[in-house]
Formats: sequence, structure tokens, C-alpha cells
Amino acid sequence: MDIIIILQAGVASGTVLLFATLGGIFNERSGVMNLGLEGMMLIGAMTAFSTTVKTGNPWLGLILAMIAGGLLSQIHAFITITLQADQVVSGLALTFLGTGISLVLGEGLSKAGVISLLPVITIPLLSEIPFIGRIFFYNQSILVFLGYAMVPLCWWFINKTRPGLHLRAVGEYPAAADALGINVYRVRYFYVFIGGLFAGLAGATISLAISPGWFSELTTAGQGWIAIGLVIFSQWDPFRAMFGSYVFGALRRLILDIQGPAILFGMANPFYYNPYYGFFLQMLPYAFTIIVLVIGSKEAVKKRLGTPAALGIPYIRGQRGV
Amino acid sequence: MKSDTVVSRKSIFPFRVKFEQRISDVPKWYPIALSFAAVVVALLIGAIVLAVGGGNPWATYAHIARASFGSVGVFSDTLVKATPLILVGLACTVAFRMKLWNIGAEGQFFVGAFGASAVVLIPLLPETAPNWLFIIAMMLAGMFCGAIFGLIPGLLKAIFNVNEVISTLMLNYIAVAWNNFFIFAIWTEGGFQMSKVFPKNAWLPRLTDLGSEYPFFRGLTTHFGLIIAIIAAVILWYILNRSKWGYEIRLIGDNPKAANYAGIPIKKHIVLVMVVSGALAGLAGMSEISGVVHRLQGAISPGYGFTGIIVAWLAKLNPIAVIFVSILFGALILAGREIQPSGVPKMIQGVILVCLIASDFLIRYRVKIIRNSEEE
Repeated sequence: MDIIIILQAGVASGTVLLFATLGGIFNERSGVMNLGLEGMMLIGAMTAFSTTVKTGNPWLGLILAMIAGGLLSQIHAFITITLQADQVVSGLALTFLGTGISLVLGEGLSKAGVISLLPVITIPLLSEIPFIGRIFFYNQSILVFLGYAMVPLCWWFINKTRPGLHLRAVGEYPAAADALGINVYRVRYFYVFIGGLFAGLAGATISLAISPGWFSELTTAGQGWIAIGLVIFSQWDPFRAMFGSYVFGALRRLILDIQGPAILFGMANPFYYNPYYGFFLQMLPYAFTIIVLVIGSKEAVKKRLGTPAALGIPYIRGQRGV
Repeated sequence: MKSDTVVSRKSIFPFRVKFEQRISDVPKWYPIALSFAAVVVALLIGAIVLAVGGGNPWATYAHIARASFGSVGVFSDTLVKATPLILVGLACTVAFRMKLWNIGAEGQFFVGAFGASAVVLIPLLPETAPNWLFIIAMMLAGMFCGAIFGLIPGLLKAIFNVNEVISTLMLNYIAVAWNNFFIFAIWTEGGFQMSKVFPKNAWLPRLTDLGSEYPFFRGLTTHFGLIIAIIAAVILWYILNRSKWGYEIRLIGDNPKAANYAGIPIKKHIVLVMVVSGALAGLAGMSEISGVVHRLQGAISPGYGFTGIIVAWLAKLNPIAVIFVSILFGALILAGREIQPSGVPKMIQGVILVCLIASDFLIRYRVKIIRNSEEE
């Protein structure tokens, strides 16, 4: 068990959660909760993998995966924004739909074998930095670096630009935004689409880079739901999302590695001598998500900030309320 | 009151589609017809996806119908699949009435199965205990374990305002890992990933047990769990529609502010509803273990907990309607096992749910088609 390897792998697999969480942040900042992340990620993972198998071009796979996620998200947008249906049920339906479609269209893909993956790179000078260099800049997929770039970019966009201001206005007080001439419906459609793009990207990150292949529903194994928990933990802030995602990624790797050594912290390792205790380790990410939610919810109450005020409420022009 | 115009756009078509908010209530048959239409549309969409995927949709649908309603034998199997769906559908119904999104029925189902198995495998009762005692003990244990898995997210929601969608979902994964630990490590039989078969007096009675007296029943696997499920549906219908408690949880769901002003203890109801919901899903796990599987093993559910969500929604949260919708979905699950690709039932379920939610719009709005030349 090597702490550097765990953290390095944590950053790699945390990138999947990071993209999904960023997508969720855009969704929810505009006031639309999308519980369909898991479904869109599966569609993305399946599209990316099957495209790459057929064409041999992982970049094409990546782009098509994002488009597929974006297209699927528009079903949710139509149902919740135009038809004003309940966002929770619609998001669940989207997950069923995405899972079902990707299982049907991904049939037989699991036997596809080796594909060409996205490049893995090492940054020359930065990777020489002790500790940090090995973790962040050595032998990581190019998508991990995309993740580093995305976080400040998203933060800047949401907090410092005019469209970002519109986004927040629509999520906090759509009636006021409408009065200012912002088209609430169009803005919401757009950011649900952006959320779909990110979810598709997250899916492609799994199947083309982090754990390549198509393993039907096990490809995502509930990471879309963990990401929804992380959106709340992040308090809709990209930097907190980054931190949370990498911690969760590292936790996933730790669970695998902790079962390796016979001696742990000078004691006999129970997970080594009875591998069945590993089932309790498997519960950890999910139990941790619940704990993270408790922390996030408590903080949000204390600071009186975080949750976009209009989250989950359909906007109906000319009606009272937010 | 002037009706609101929701969508009106200039278009290239010579007519416009306009949605007007309904002022009066729709007739009683209308939502039912609408749900039916939504299912038909969903099956058509499913057919298109199947055709795109290279399959023959009509052959697939015909196969589903034949493999689930074709004879008394297969219809009995359909009822077996419907039994856990009814109970899980009821679990979702009671929670959804209060707009409490219990997505954890799958996990509650698993721990319910665990609790029922524990009665036999720990063992809490001697192997020679009478059948009725076993069944009652297993029902209680299953409901208790399911209720615990409902209590946790209920308390978290009531105390910390933790989003119940995610906490119940996370508990699904925890429940599966919990069961796996006992299946692999504690109750494994000869290294296989399953427990020993339960003694016969821990089985729910089946129709085929009456085969010696009534030859017609020979080989039919429908078990007593179906009766339990139907009784539960009737009781729940009474509670939801005729009791003060049922009224209160519906009020909380429709208008939490009004409920609060009326002095209804919302937090107490959140915990209570989650406990009831979890217990019903746990009972479904018990019925499946004691009525069908007769041992604890990993693969005991083809996603009953999630299908229950759709069942509850399609039944418009009416416990009696849940029974009939469950039979339809039981058929889909039963026939789905033989259909390739294996994702088809799941996809059809997803399309049905999407169409259902979309169709709800037509209960609240009227569609008007207006020619562009006409003035309003």
C-alpha cells in the first residue's frame, strides 16, 4: 500500500466524479435538479466505447459521448421545464431510460476487447515536484488535466461573467430574471444541456481512460448518484467539488489496496486474513456519501447559503412565487 | 379567471399549438385513459428503439405476451413476479403520497430478505416450529429490518434535512454488500454463494401444495405472499383514503406550509412514513425469500425496488390499482428474462415512466390548435 499511488489513482478516478459533479452544479445553479446523471453517464460511457471500437478514434468517441449525454438531458429539460413535471421523478425516469438504452445498444460490447485509449501524459517539469508532482502530473490521462483546467474555468464563468450572473439569477429568483429580460426557459434548457455534456464526458472518462471497457451497469456502479451527493457537499462551488471528487476517488482506491498487506499499522490486517470483511469496505463510499450529505446540509443551514433558492421549482410565467 | 398561455411561439407551420391551464377538474376516466395512452405510446417508442438496435419489436412484444399470459402455468408465474412488486409498489405509494422520495425500496427489500432468513439461519426458531409460527416470525423480522433501513433516511431527513433520494439510494448499495457478507462468509453452504435451503415449514404455502386434493393446482407456484400483498393493499387503501393519518400525509405532500400551519407534526410524519414504507418493502423481501427462493442468495431481485417506483406512479398512487399494474409489470419481468438484449425490459420501463410523467401535463393543461390566420 503506497499513499502516493492511492492519491494518484484517486485523482484519476476522481476525475469521473468531478465532471459529473460540475455538470450537476450547472444544472442546479439554473434551478433544475437532474437526478438522471447516472443514466447520462452510462449513455456516455457506452457511446464513447462503441464509437471507439467501430472507428478506432477515441476523440470522436469522446465528442459523441458528450452529445449523447446532452441529447438525453433534453428529455429531462422538456419534461421539467416545458411540461413543469416533478424534477425528482423525471430525473429517476431519465436514469431508467439511460440505463435501459445503453444496455440495449451496448449489447455484446463487453467482448469488444482492446481499444485505443486517450493519451496518458507526464508534464516534464511539474512532475519533478516531490509528492505533488507524482500525484497530479505524472502518468495521468489527458482528461485528468482537462479536469484541472475545467474547475477554475467553471468557477470563473459562474461567478465572474455576465452569462454566469444570468445563470445564478435564474436559479435564485427566476421571476426577477424574467423581468430583466432573461429568457428563463431558454437559460434552463441550455444549462441542463451543459449538464448532459458533462455527464457524457464523465461517462467517456470511465470507458476511455480510467477503467476502459463496457461492463453494463457496473461501468458506473452508482457514481452518478455519488456525484449528486457531491453537488450538495460542494455547495455548488467547483473548487469544493474538485476536493470532494478526489477524496472519493482516493477512497475507492484505498478500499482495493487496504486488502493487500498482511500487516497494517503494525497490526494484523483483518481485511487480509478474512477477505469477506471487504464487503464492509465496499459500503464505505456509500456510507461516506451519506455522511458528506449530513455535513453539507448542516453547513448550508448554518451559513444560510448554498442551495439555489429556486431549485426544484418549475417556473411558470405570470404566477406568484419565486 | 383568464387562462395562462404557457407556450406560444411563432412558427413556420400554418397553425399554432397553445396550452391552456384547465380551470375545471377533468372527468374521472380521463387520467386512466391518459395513462393507458402513455403506455401505448411508450411501447411504440420502445419498438422504434428495438428496430434501430436491429431487433424485431413485434416478435419481442408477442413473445412477452405469450410467455406471461399464454397459459395457466405461466400466468401463475406472472403472479409470482407480481407479488413482490405489489408490496414494493405499496411501499413507494405511501412515501410518494407525501412527496417523500423513497428510492431505497430495493435495499429495504434485500434487508427484509436478510431478516426473514435470519429467523431460519441463526436460528431464532427451532427447525420443528410450526409453519404459521415461522411465517409470522419471518414476516416480523423482514418488516423490522426493512423498517430500520427506512428509519435511517427518515431520521436524517427529519433532523439534518438530508436529501432522502440520495440517502435511500446509497443504502441500496449498503444493503447488497451487507447481504453478500452473510451469504459469502457466514451462511455459505459448502463454499457456494448461497445459504442452505430452508426447511419446508419455513416456506409460504403454494398452490401446488394443494395439488394432491385439487389436481388443477399441480405445479402452480403462486404462493401465499400474493394474499398477504393484496391484504396489505386493502389496508393501505383504507389508511390512506379513510383515516386522519392518511389525510395528513397527503396534505403534507400537497402543501407542506398549510400542513405546518394546521399543526401537523411534519418531522414525525416523515420518520413514520419512511418506517412504514421500509417495512412494506422488507415484507416484499420476506415474501420472495419464503415463497420463491427458499434460501438466501445474492440474485433475489431483478430490480423490484426500482420497478416499484414505476408501478406506484402508473397506479397514480392508488393502492388498489397497484395490484393490477404489478401484474402487468410482473409479466414484463417474467418474459424479460428470455429476451435478448437483456436491457429491453429496463428500457421499456424507462420509456413508460417518461411518457407517464409527460402525460400528466395533459391533466393540468388543455391543448388547443389554432390557425395562424384566426384571431383569438
